[in-house]
Amino acid sequence: MVAHRILTLVAATGLLAVQAPVYAQFGRVPPPPKEPPAWAADLPGYWESLITQNWRFRMVTPPKGDYVGIPITAAAQQIADTWDPARDTAQDQQCRSYGAGMIMMNPEHLHVSWQDTKTLKVEIDNGTQTRLWHFDKTAPGDSAPSWQGISSASWVLRAASGYPFGARPKPNARYLEVKTTHMLPGYLRKNGVPYSANAELTEDYDMLRMPDDQILTLTTSVNDPTYLDYPLLLSTQFKKQADGSHWDPTPCSASW
Amino acid sequence: MKRIRTALTLSCLVSLIVTNTAAFAQVDLTGSWTPRNSTDAQEDNPGPEPLPVDYAGIPLSDAGRAYGLLSSPDKMSEPERLCGFYSPVYTMLGPFGLAIGRVAEPLTGTTVAWTIGGWEDLAPITIWMDGRPHPSEYGPHEMSGFWTGTWEDDVLATTTTHMRASILRRNTAAHSDQATMRQWFLRHDDELTVQARIDDPNYLAEPFYITRTYSLDHKAPNILVGQPCIQGDEGVPESDVPHNMPGKNPDVPELTEQYGIPREAVLGGPETMYPDFRKKIASQYVRPEKCPRVCGGPGTYPRPEGTR
Repeated sequence: MVAHRILTLVAATGLLAVQAPVYAQFGRVPPPPKEPPAWAADLPGYWESLITQNWRFRMVTPPKGDYVGIPITAAAQQIADTWDPARDTAQDQQCRSYGAGMIMMNPEHLHVSWQDTKTLKVEIDNGTQTRLWHFDKTAPGDSAPSWQGISSASWVLRAASGYPFGARPKPNARYLEVKTTHMLPGYLRKNGVPYSANAELTEDYDMLRMPDDQILTLTTSVNDPTYLDYPLLLSTQFKKQADGSHWDPTPCSASW
Repeated sequence: MKRIRTALTLSCLVSLIVTNTAAFAQVDLTGSWTPRNSTDAQEDNPGPEPLPVDYAGIPLSDAGRAYGLLSSPDKMSEPERLCGFYSPVYTMLGPFGLAIGRVAEPLTGTTVAWTIGGWEDLAPITIWMDGRPHPSEYGPHEMSGFWTGTWEDDVLATTTTHMRASILRRNTAAHSDQATMRQWFLRHDDELTVQARIDDPNYLAEPFYITRTYSLDHKAPNILVGQPCIQGDEGVPESDVPHNMPGKNPDVPELTEQYGIPREAVLGGPETMYPDFRKKIASQYVRPEKCPRVCGGPGTYPRPEGTR
């Protein structure tokens, strides 16, 4: 009798141990929970971009015709080849490289705060821009195009190996996804590589918390069939600052 | 008898909880991941590497800068180095994808290790997940390094030690054999971002953070990538050791001459990775009229294989 019970328990344990891969095969993942992960509490504050890659495209304005790494179409090249920063300035278009499609790649400081319980406000000093990330799916009503467009945000459950028997994923098993549309046409690179008004932006944010650093990692995908052969996928990082002592708002510049 | 039964029941329940906690935390990373080489376009794409002295954005220490300037990119053309491996830092630099596999414990199915397939110039990698310790400080250093991993919530976090000295960028910037690397594998649906932090008490003054992105290749099988290296003659005789004497590196002015980047930025250092550095070089930077070399353009980058 005792042996029978032990065998039953052992079998049950084995079953539970192997079930996760089975669930993975069938792709059964429950819908994401709504509450934010623990690291969301560390989002507000000041962040500084770390420019360790694509340095000469990001820290300075590269020369005309430098399209390295961007899958541009012929139509995009035609526009980029006529890039003229003086003309952009004269036409009050100097913020074209500060639109949502590119702004997070610029060298800058972020000031992140909650505008209300459903809206995260991200202020950016380089270009003096403000992005609003709406967690409320009903907001906002205004759909007029703008440099920063309209952004909806959500906490997304990472593709997982399965959550058997109704178990719920841990709150921390999520990242922040921001989807942006309704952007004014802008630049993907300061030297005039364009994105169109039809472009759609998807940004995924993860936070890494170490004893001596906090890093916000951004993965961004720009989908623009007009000017890109396929979505442009980029990643970058921001380092948490103790305070706003480096915060230095400056206006948009078409040439620097 | 009752005590034995209770003990066995408790033991089974504990193992049940343990195995399932592990399952909850894991994200499947297996598959062939195609590199998306736009984040560091000149670094990661096949073809011409960055210029030999382009340290902008690398937080090199004075010793790290000095070591790099003494080196020559021709060093890798020495016959005895030609088919050698780079260190695991190269996973963040090379133009290749990741073939990630999982080694399972046969009875429980738990993950013992993750594997990353080798390339022609990168040794195969095993990331141990079974809690084994890293070798002692006197342990051997190998080109594959020694990797362990843990789950930080749903993110695979790895630590690599015991590497040999190798490159930090595909030029003469280098890390020493005392460097350590941490990586975080951040999966977003069919995209994978790897965030790395490299620390080096010898050649870096601050941690060096870099990222890479990949897309899941739905068509390719999960096999090792890369071809075996075939040793050829790249023009460096066997007895030569290409190098530069102190203060005599002829490649230092190249980035300034071609792209107008001020020398202070070319030589790297912690300051060069922070936004405030732009104020310092604003009056020195002279933008060239046209792109001088390796400019890209329509059709240069075909759609990555297997991506949707």
